Amino acid sequence: MISFNQVSKRYPGGFEALKNVSFELAKGEMAFLTGHSGAGKSTLLKLIAAIERPNSGSVLVNNQNVSVLKSAALPYLRRNIGMIFQDHKLLFDRSVFDNVQLPLQICGFDHKETGKRVRAALDKVGLLGREKANPIALSGGEQQRLCIARAIVNRPSILLADEPTGNLDAEYAQEIMKIFNSFHQVGATLLISTHDTGMLQNSHVRMICLKHGEIQPVESPRKGETPS
Amino acid sequence: MMSAIRQHVRLAQSALRRLFASPASGLLNIIVIGIALSLPAGMYVLLKNAQGMLAQASASPQISLFLTMDASADDIARLRKQLAQNPAIDKAVFISRTDALKNLGQSNGLTDVIAGLESNPLPDAFVISPKTTHAKALDDLRNELQKLPRVDLAQLDSAWVYKLEAILEFTRILILILASLLSLALIAITFNTIRLQIMTQRDEIQVAKLIGATNSFVRRPFLYFGAMQGILGGITAWLIIALSLYLLKQPIATLSRLYGSNFTLQPLPLGDSLTLLLFSLYLGLIGAWLSVSRHLSGIEPS
Repeated sequence: MISFNQVSKRYPGGFEALKNVSFELAKGEMAFLTGHSGAGKSTLLKLIAAIERPNSGSVLVNNQNVSVLKSAALPYLRRNIGMIFQDHKLLFDRSVFDNVQLPLQICGFDHKETGKRVRAALDKVGLLGREKANPIALSGGEQQRLCIARAIVNRPSILLADEPTGNLDAEYAQEIMKIFNSFHQVGATLLISTHDTGMLQNSHVRMICLKHGEIQPVESPRKGETPS
Repeated sequence: MMSAIRQHVRLAQSALRRLFASPASGLLNIIVIGIALSLPAGMYVLLKNAQGMLAQASASPQISLFLTMDASADDIARLRKQLAQNPAIDKAVFISRTDALKNLGQSNGLTDVIAGLESNPLPDAFVISPKTTHAKALDDLRNELQKLPRVDLAQLDSAWVYKLEAILEFTRILILILASLLSLALIAITFNTIRLQIMTQRDEIQVAKLIGATNSFVRRPFLYFGAMQGILGGITAWLIIALSLYLLKQPIATLSRLYGSNFTLQPLPLGDSLTLLLFSLYLGLIGAWLSVSRHLSGIEPS
């Protein structure tokens, strides 16, 4: 589903965010992307959605080389990728419902289908009762769940989450992880970046660890140990 | 198909909503556009009216033939015969000096003045309606009539028509220049409004692009906004013109009655009204399009 082949990314100014990164994520697989801040996690996710382009190497999504994709084709790539951001990127000039509705409007869904799908997505993240609220009135955890609802509403086959639990306390973070697990169970491909490896200690999920832009070999982390 | 129409309706509604989200500035923009458009359009209406009046007047150019004071009844009879035989003349009406004086007294309320005159200062005259309306032919005819015996002065009454026509042509070009300049101003206003909108909606645009919005999807609301603002400005201009014409109608009717004419001010015809609205919509669209293509490309998610 997602395949990196010797990908390097250097930002203007010389900072090398990724060096020779290669890995593969199969369809329906779920993986955590770990590493300290600045290790290149966000850059890696951005390359998948073609928000950034690599300097060398190729990024394949669904067997399509997105690193050479024409900009006119980008919207159609992104419609197949649900993205969840640490800063949520919600729009505060409209209701919860309208925020979730946006991807469907972009894809041109009709009115009836839109209503159904938006409610289904809100239901999945436990925000069904808040559809008329303004996102600003929601707590941090609720805002994150709203962001998830928006990412999944048009049922993309890939979900990318950049530090989805970054600002949340453990209880909220657990809730969000549960939501991700439920998507994994219905066959979505998930890549979730986090610097909070403590949260992952009991999970048996694959981990991809970045350090200074390079992939580190990792074993399953054990209690009280942080991968380095 | 239905969903496409519904989407357009939704976009138009949201454009209207945004236009009046801040009623003061939204209305102000529309009023500015309306005034800018109403100036050339209003002048155009007046020009059209003047042209209508001119067409009425110049449809029947006349040559007044004033005879010398010593013209006798025989001279007049001979002249009448000559004029009747002239193939270029449609009709020649004789107005005797007594009739002329009487007419003058009646139409201009100068009865008192005329009563005080010792003798009639007016000459006998023929009012000649030529067959042609062509300026050169009329001039030739006038010169020919001028040479007839006992003719003091042959005056082509349509001379003023040609002068007026020249003035109107000049005015027409003036209006054209004014309209072009104000159209540019309208485009500039829309350009700037859309620029401000894009700036305030930067986040929204970025998010929309992140979740798969095409450029045309992002562009569309702004184009709708520009078109909507344009057509509302056009409607404002139309209302300004209609109101002005309504206010001017009475004074102009009075004025033209005083000049012995039944000229009335014609309102903006339906076709021209539609042209005005479409034109304003189009200008708004152009302004929005320029602004969007200039400012939107720089906003990419990061």
